[in-house]
Order: sequence, then C-alpha cells, then structure tokens
Amino acid sequence: MDYNVDICETDIDYENLADGEPAQDFSFNPINEPETSTQNCPEILEMEVFKECTDVQSSRSSSTSDESLDREEISHLQRHGWSAATVKVLASMPSRTAELNKSRRVRYQASSHESPHCPRPVQGASVLADVEEINTEASNFCAAENNMDQLVSSLQGLSVHEGTRKLRAMPLSLADKIEIRKVAFSLKTESSFIGRNIPCYTHLSMYISTTWRHCLFSCLPVFSSFKLWHSALKTLSGRYGTGVLSYFLFLRTLLFLNLLLFVITGLFLIFPQAIYPPRSSKANFSGIELLTGTGYFSDSLMFYGYYSNGTLHGDQYRMPAAYFFTIGFTLFIICIILVYRLSKSFGKNFQVLKSNENLAVKVFSCWDFKVSKKISVRLQSEKISTQLKEQLSEMIKGEDKKTCMQQLRRLIVHLLAWIACLISIFLGTIGVHYLSENKFNFNFKAMLQAHNLPKDTELLVLSAVVSGINLLLPGFFNLCVWAEKYESPGTRVYVSVFRNLLLKVSVIGVLCYRWLERIPDNSTLECWESFVGQELYRLLVMDFIVTVVYTFLGEFLWRVFSQTILQKKRKPVFDIARNVLELIYGQTLTWIGVLFAPLLPAVQLIKLIVLFYMKKRSLILNCQASRKPWRATQMTTLFICILWFPSFLGTVVTIIYTVWTIKPSENCGPFRNLKTMFEGGQMSTRHLEDAHPILKWLSWVYDCLVENPVFLFLASGVFLMVIYFQAQVVDGQRKIISRLEKQIENEGKDKKFLIAKLQDLCK
Amino acid sequence: MGNKQTTFTEEQLEAYQDCTFFTRKEILRLHARYRELAPHLVPLDYTNNPDIKVPMTLIITMPELKENPFRERIVETFSEDGQGNLSFNDFIDMFSALCEASPRELKTIYAFKIYDFNRDNFICKEDLEKTLNKLTKGELTPEEVTLVCDKAIEEADLDGDNKLSFADFENMISKAPDFLSNFHIRI
Repeated sequence: MDYNVDICETDIDYENLADGEPAQDFSFNPINEPETSTQNCPEILEMEVFKECTDVQSSRSSSTSDESLDREEISHLQRHGWSAATVKVLASMPSRTAELNKSRRVRYQASSHESPHCPRPVQGASVLADVEEINTEASNFCAAENNMDQLVSSLQGLSVHEGTRKLRAMPLSLADKIEIRKVAFSLKTESSFIGRNIPCYTHLSMYISTTWRHCLFSCLPVFSSFKLWHSALKTLSGRYGTGVLSYFLFLRTLLFLNLLLFVITGLFLIFPQAIYPPRSSKANFSGIELLTGTGYFSDSLMFYGYYSNGTLHGDQYRMPAAYFFTIGFTLFIICIILVYRLSKSFGKNFQVLKSNENLAVKVFSCWDFKVSKKISVRLQSEKISTQLKEQLSEMIKGEDKKTCMQQLRRLIVHLLAWIACLISIFLGTIGVHYLSENKFNFNFKAMLQAHNLPKDTELLVLSAVVSGINLLLPGFFNLCVWAEKYESPGTRVYVSVFRNLLLKVSVIGVLCYRWLERIPDNSTLECWESFVGQELYRLLVMDFIVTVVYTFLGEFLWRVFSQTILQKKRKPVFDIARNVLELIYGQTLTWIGVLFAPLLPAVQLIKLIVLFYMKKRSLILNCQASRKPWRATQMTTLFICILWFPSFLGTVVTIIYTVWTIKPSENCGPFRNLKTMFEGGQMSTRHLEDAHPILKWLSWVYDCLVENPVFLFLASGVFLMVIYFQAQVVDGQRKIISRLEKQIENEGKDKKFLIAKLQDLCK
Repeated sequence: MGNKQTTFTEEQLEAYQDCTFFTRKEILRLHARYRELAPHLVPLDYTNNPDIKVPMTLIITMPELKENPFRERIVETFSEDGQGNLSFNDFIDMFSALCEASPRELKTIYAFKIYDFNRDNFICKEDLEKTLNKLTKGELTPEEVTLVCDKAIEEADLDGDNKLSFADFENMISKAPDFLSNFHIRI
C-alpha cells in the first residue's frame, strides 16, 4: 500500500510559527489596551520582556525541544526583530500565497450563488483567508500605528456580503467596527440598501432553522436523560475515575443483553407455554423454593421439564421447534452484538491521534462555557481534575533504576505470588469437583435433616461452597497483589483480572463437566435438564445473596477495619477486578442456563438492577478514588473481550455439545424421546418444509451452507482476510500519522533555521 | 419584520446586525436583558447612544455567567476600561464573540485575551496556574498544578520563551476538536 504524502499541505505549525501572527492585530485596538497604552506596540513590550529573559536563557534547562538553537537564533524568531524585508519575503512564501489564491477562488465561486443577505457567516476557507489576509497585511507593517485606513481600504474592495463577514470576524470593539463600517460602506449606500431587501422565503427558512435549532437544544438534555442511569454514571465517573466507570458501564451493557434475551425467550417460549399450561403444578409453595428452585418451581415455566413436546393451540405452534430455534436465535443475536461491540471498542482503542493526550489542549479547551447550573459546574470541575490527574500519572512513570538484587527479589516475589494463586485455584477446583461427586462421602441430607432444616436444603451445599470459594479466593489474590507491590495501578488491575478469570474459568469448567458428563448418566434423576437448570438457578441465587452480604457487611467492615486498626487515612479503593469477574461469571451461568431454564435471564436482570444500586451506594459510602489515578481507556475493551472469548464462546461450545451429543431425558421437556436435541431441530425443519414448501429452499440453503464444511472454511477464510486487511490499514495509518507528525516537527525546525539565516543575511 | 420599537433607530439596528452575529430580534432581546440588570440605570431609549455602563458586579449575576469560573475575566476582556464595566456595545460584543456563529479565529483571539490574566499578551506560567485553579477549584494539589503548568507550557511553547504567545496558543487550539463548541455561551 502506497501512501502519498504531500508536504506542502500538512503543517499547521508552518503557518503559525513565525510571520504575520494575529498578535499584531492587537495593534488595531487603540482603545482596548489600556495597559499598553503608553507603549503603542506590543512588540516593544516583547522586546523588554525578552531583555529580561536573556539572562535567564543562558541558564535554561534542556527541556526545550530545540536544543540546537542558539540564544541568538531564538532572538531572531521574536517578531520585533524582523526587518521589513524578512517579513515581506515570508509573506510571499508559496504556502501562504497558495492558500490565499485557493480561498479567493472559493470565495468567488461562493459569492456567485449565495443569498444576498446572510447574517450567519459560513465558516471555512474564506473566513480563514480573510483572517489570513489581515495577517498578511499586518505582517507587512511592523509599526503599530492606527491602521484604520488599512482596514477600511481592505473592506472597500469587497462586496457588501463579503465585507460584512470580514467585519464581523475582526477582533475589534463594536464601536470601532461601527465606525469602520460607516466609512467603508458609505461609498456603497445603494448596494447596502439592495442588500436589505430580503426575499421572504429566505427569512422564513432562517426563522424555521433557528426555531428548530432552539428546539433541538432544549430537547437534547431530555434525550440524554433517557439513557439509563446517565446522570448517576456522570457523577461516578467524575469522582472515581474511568476505571470504576468502566465497571458500571459494563453492568449496564449486561443489563441490556439480558433484557434482550428475556424479551426473546419470553415472547417465543414462556408466553405461549404460559397460556397453554400442560398440567397443573403439584407441589405447594414454601419459602425455600426461592433458594433451591425445587418443589413448586421444579414443575413450572422456570425449567426445561415443563415445556411440552407437542404443539400448542391446535396444530399451529410446535414447541420443540420453537425451543430449538429460539435458543439458536438468541445466541446468534448475542454473538452479533458482542462482535459489534468488540470491534467498536477496538476501533476506539486504536485512536491514532495524539491530540487526546495533549495536556495544554485539555486545560484550555475542555471547559464547557455553556454550563450554568451549580451542580453541573461542580461535576465538570471534578471531571476535569480527575482527567488531568490521570493524564499526569501516565506522563510520570517513575522508572527507578533497580539493582540486580532488587530485580531478582521482585522476580522471586512475583513467582511466589503466582504459584500461590495457581495452587489456591487448583485446590478450590478440586474441592468443588470432589464435593460434586460426593467423594467425601458426607451424608449431607441426613446431617441437615437432623437439624430440622427443610427438605432439599442439602442441594444448597454445592452452591454455597462455590460462592464461598468465589468470595474468599479473590481476597487472597488481593493479598498477593498487595505483597507484590506493583507500581502502576493499571498493571495491578490487569493481573488481578487475569487471576480471577482463571478461577472462574476453572470453577465453571468443572461444573460444566459435572452437568454434561455426570448428570445425564445419572439414572435416578427423572429430568436431568431441569436438575441442571435448578443447579444453575441455585448458583445464581447464592451468588447474589453472598454478593449482597459482602457488599453491605464486608466492604463496610473492611473500611472500618482499615481506618481504625490499620490506621489508614484513606478509605479503601473499589475492587474492579473482582466485581467485573463476578459479573462475567453470573452472565456465563445465565447463558448456559438459557437452554435449561428459560426464565433465568429474568433472575439475572433483577440481580443486575439491584446490584447497580447496591454497588453505587457502597462505593459512595465505603470507597474512595485511588490515589494514583490511571486512565482506563482499555478496560471496557478488555471486559468485552473476556465476555466474548472465554465466556460467550465457552457457552456456545457447551450448548452445541449438549444439543449435538447428549441424549435428552425421556419423560420431560420438548425433546423427550429423541436421540439428541439436534434431531429435534432437524425434525422441526422437516415439518416446516412440509407445511410450507416455500421454506424448502431455506433448508436447501441450510444443507449447503451449515452442513457443508467447505463453505464454513471458505467463510472463515474470507472473514480472517478481511480482519487482516483492516488491521493492516489501521497499522499503516498509524505509521503515516507518526511520520507526518515528525515531518511537522522537522519543518518547524527548518523554518526556524531559515528565518535565522535570513535575518543574518538581511543585517 | 416591521415591529414598532423605539429603542434603536433603523441605522443603529442595521449597524449592529452588520457588525455582530445577531439578528434584529436577538439584539432587541439582548437589550432587554441588559436593561433588566440595572433598570434604573439603563434607559429604554438608546437612539442617542447614551454613555451608560453597567458595573461588573451586576453583569456577573447573569445566569449564563454566574457559575462560570472565568466570568470576571470575560467581562474585563470585553470592557473598554478594562475594569469590567460594560456599555451596551461591549455587552453585545461579548455575546457576539462567544456565540455559536462566531468563527474560530475570533474565538481564539478572545480566548487568549481571557486567559491572559496579567494582560501582557503572553500566557505565562502564573496565568496558566490561575486558569488551572479556577478550572479545578482546589481539587489538585499545588505540586500537581505546577506539574500540569510545566507540562502544558512545554507542549505548547514553540518559540522557546517559556510562555505562550498568541501563535503558540493558536497552534495548540487548532488541535482541539471541541474548542469551538465549548467556548460558546448561549444567550
């Protein structure tokens, strides 16, 4: 790929570095500059200031970018030092004249078909050129005399419309402008009156456009408040930084995903089955069912076993077909949404312009002058402070030189921490595995019933143990991270995230093994899918309860502990890694569970809503922004990445394995008496084809595409190639931009050098 | 539009329309806003261009300016006497320069004047520190403020005099994509 670079059109520095800068426009303000009224030229002031600085400059630090510049050369760059000849030469540089000629052409074209009177000037090349012209004219006159005559003469050559636009853009006081206008346009009284006769339709269209714009502005805040939790998130991000914000944004994303999931399954599965219940429930409702999911719930809409394998409403709605295709469709939609979000995040991450990191730009241009409410102003202040702190911390990377011994020690500490974490994860996983296979040979049932607890409580043991492991091990990981003493908070979070991820992946892996290998073989179970669904439900509910307890009690107690016993003055920091992985864990369980318990997304939905408000409350009460703020630009991408790769893809693999190979139970569910659930899907498609012959071509497409490995290979090959091309394009663009930036720098240096030489020659 | 009004003569209104970015209606509305700041001071009839100035203390009570940290500087920049007392011309000029249609170059010039606290045509380190303190209202520690100022000057100063001249400022602002929309007061 060949990228053509045209030097003449690139730099902005080029224009502004030396000549004709509008600072000389200040000389046009005889009235507005009382401080410099005694000195009628700002350049004289510069000279005085510069004289003071010459002594300082000899002891300048080497922090300036141009170390090669002599003190003398710097003096040559000051505007006062330029002779008229230098300025004239600079003003007639090709880049400047090319710009003016282009704009003159544009202006000519524009004025020929513009409306005669347009109070709102169009920004763009012509206005820029106007100011450029002022600059050029200004650069030709070094002395700051009263330049009214020049201004008036510059306006006279133009049409009324152009002149008005130029007049408005002048940085003079209104009284001066009115005077200039009087003089300049007095010769054109006729044309100015012609300009006043505005055609009706222009006025009307203007009126409509202004009213529309006013409406839009008043409606915009209303639209943004429709976005869920928008104001709450704004407050949080301003106070706690982008890391914490990314957690809450992720929570909101998951909420919407679950809502979508719930709506689809609700419409196609739950609602039809609810209207035509196959049989009435047998058990009575007692409170423990909310925790265990058995009893009253086991034969309800909640779980797989309730759904019929026949047709509803006469012969119209086939339940097995609906079940199969709904699950497939939801997974497909979620896949597309996740891929889309992932690609958008990646795109945002690789934003190639450096201007985002420019501190000076941030200081001068990020305050929104339109904000007028006190609370919004305070929020804005906080946001700017947090952003500045984050940028500062990025810039200052304390790289202390460590000795060999210290490096070795750090390496050993890291190694030990990793080994400890991996061993703990392994032990936890083994514990869950043995417990699930009941290798410990505890008779939980007898034990619990001996204490007069209701029936089925022993089922809660596994979920309690899993939740306990999920609670304790992240705390242990935090301890390891604290011992390792990472320098940058960003690294600390990434390492924590990875360790938590390993833990969750192993736990879910071992549980999946149990659900897919052990339970279907278990002949004592009537309906193993419902049992798996119940286990998932129990895990989810137990996880929720433990999180609630931990958030209310644990974080509160930890804050009290750290402030009283550890005597730390600051409240603890919000633990992003642990909380995000909790969310991902819950979401993975929900996705796996959709096949076995279609109402599970509703449970997850409620859980997420409650979690948001709880976490927000706890954050405000117990936590504080980290002392070392860091910019979490890539956190969202990381979270969506983790959601996509281990979580969603793992779910899809699990479900496909279940559907393809495992024999459904014989007495319950929509796929009873079939060899596999997939067979049910195939049967449904055949039925559909018979009923609607039009769909035969659809099944032909399906046979050709999905079941043909060649097509899949081709498709994935094309897909990969597209990704590769895009990556190359982005990479190339980034390289070009860095090259161009370097070029701008070099051109600036060249220019300084040439100006200095020119000055020498002119002397 | 043909409304019968006696505040301004036709020539005055035309002059205002040509020299600012406001329409006739907006100019009349602005006059009403100006008048309600000091009704006993500002006459209804402006046809003979009375020399009335509303003091700064009243101008900064306007809801658009009240919470702005730079309100005093904005008003001072546009005032003729530099003390912040605005005549009606200055008042219109101020809102015209800060309005939506105002071109980037004009806004840059006035932004530079506003941020130049000591009015020496340079944004030196002290100006930058004052700007930063007004922006962050004490959230940053003094060391952080100094650090930000040093870094900002290092980034933006092109001619090496350790302060920002207008060229440096303009160059830096040209890289800011949202300067135009942020440096805008809606009235």
